[in-house]
Amino acid sequence: MSLTADEVKKIAFLARLSIQEENIQTYADNLSGILDLVAQMDAVDTDSVTPMAHPQDVSQRLRADVVTETNQREKFQQNSPAIEDGLFLVPKVIE
Amino acid sequence: MAWETVIGLEIHAQLSTQSKLFSGAPIAYGAEPNTQACAVDLALPGVLPVLNEEAVRMAVKFGLALDAIVPSRSVFARKNYFYPDLPQGYQISQFDLPVVDKGYLDITLENGETKRVGVTRAHLEQDAGKSLHEDYQGQTGIDLNRAGTPLIEIVSEPEMSNAKEAVAYMKKIHALVQYLEICDGNMAEGSFRCDANVSVRPVGQEEFGTRAEIKNLNSFRFVERAINFEVERQIDLIEAGGSVVQETRLYDPDKHETRSMRSKEEANDYRYFPCPDLLPVDISDEFLEEVRKTLPELPDAKKQRFMDELGLSEKDASELSASRAIAEYFEEVAKGSGEAKLSANWVMGELSAQLNREDKGIEDSPVSAEMLTVLIQRISDNTISGKIAKDIFVDMWTGEGDVDSIIDKKGLKQITDTGAIESMIQEVIDNNPNQVEQFRAGKEKLIGFFVGQVMKASKGKANPAQVNEILMKLLKG
Repeated sequence: MSLTADEVKKIAFLARLSIQEENIQTYADNLSGILDLVAQMDAVDTDSVTPMAHPQDVSQRLRADVVTETNQREKFQQNSPAIEDGLFLVPKVIE
Repeated sequence: MAWETVIGLEIHAQLSTQSKLFSGAPIAYGAEPNTQACAVDLALPGVLPVLNEEAVRMAVKFGLALDAIVPSRSVFARKNYFYPDLPQGYQISQFDLPVVDKGYLDITLENGETKRVGVTRAHLEQDAGKSLHEDYQGQTGIDLNRAGTPLIEIVSEPEMSNAKEAVAYMKKIHALVQYLEICDGNMAEGSFRCDANVSVRPVGQEEFGTRAEIKNLNSFRFVERAINFEVERQIDLIEAGGSVVQETRLYDPDKHETRSMRSKEEANDYRYFPCPDLLPVDISDEFLEEVRKTLPELPDAKKQRFMDELGLSEKDASELSASRAIAEYFEEVAKGSGEAKLSANWVMGELSAQLNREDKGIEDSPVSAEMLTVLIQRISDNTISGKIAKDIFVDMWTGEGDVDSIIDKKGLKQITDTGAIESMIQEVIDNNPNQVEQFRAGKEKLIGFFVGQVMKASKGKANPAQVNEILMKLLKG
């Protein structure tokens, strides 16, 4: 399995990663190597095996529906470059 | 060409939990911005989600109410996209193994027929925060209070064929989630909203046409209007030689149109994969049985019982069972007064008119079920007439006291003393010799005039049945 340069660009765009043109071939080779490894596993017959959703074969613990968190807005917003009226400010996004 | 419409709905219902789906932050509506967003909701490094048991219970309850398959195992998945009101960079949702699998819902069409609409699935997911685009120096303000709020997304099969059916389906789901007490159904606050997938195809064609998705419809009226607009737009487009583009559209209620939200953006590619922070959720048979025991009587069953036990017509039973709060109010009045039909008329008539006028829900009615019960008892035991009862109802509404004290205070007790009614009637007859002559000459319509005069003389308090009877006797005599 070999990824094309366009596929690498698309993946980078979807992940919002900025990549250099000259590195694209390296990424394509490395990612293709991972996919090849996965492809090897396809050779195993898994028809009778229930797919796992997690490497640990245990199930999710559930939490009681109780409010345990207090308002810590001030602390959290110390990390933020811009705030106003309690809002985080980000560059304008309009659909 | 004749066209046929195909509609599928995705309904988002906010679950009425205390805390978020994966964190212990509160979900109360209307709090100051970002005061209900904790480290997990902000997706700070190192945090981990822990699943809320009540949210799972509510989703399972919904599944059982739809008679749906509730699989023994469900899995959370990441839906990847970037938007500033989604700090994680992905939404934790469910993909191939949702908590609720196939179910169905029966809706009643306008012609009275029943149609079964398939529910493909319902899954648990987190809500996003809110983006405020007002002027913050050309920037966007982000409030993450809503981020992480538990939702169930209920996906229907594309089996509705016009806007009215879609609205009937949505109303039924809306009533159901409130019956189950898993969602407050408040559409103005966004607790219950819907996306509509709409496509058209020539009648008889097997394959679906290309669909457009109309986002975030938060009222029944908008759903109906948006779908009707969209159907017309698509038909016009195709008939003019164009073709429908698969895209997301937004309904603008002011302009009454739908418009494209993302025109050039690439097709969404969410790259779902199982969320490595969460383990599969196992639903045991014991858990299912425990939840099943908490199911209330559902709207269809209630409707049937209102017809069988209380003798209501299908139309009345259907209207009165549509909301759990109204159904319970009605039932209390009907059982307390022993007058089911009269109670139905009052609840659907005076009471709902007043509630509508003041835009109130039945739980905020100043006239309680207990008060209305006594009012109806006083009509049926002939203490007051139906007409006087309406005045008393208004007095109770404005806080003038209970039925009996208003009757006493205003002297509204119905006159049932035959002698007293007779003397009032005699007086009316004596004062209107011309009309009496005409009546006796055959102009029987004039009975209305006499009844009116007597009621006026008695200030509406004479028992109408007795007035009629005695009038006829004296006039004909």
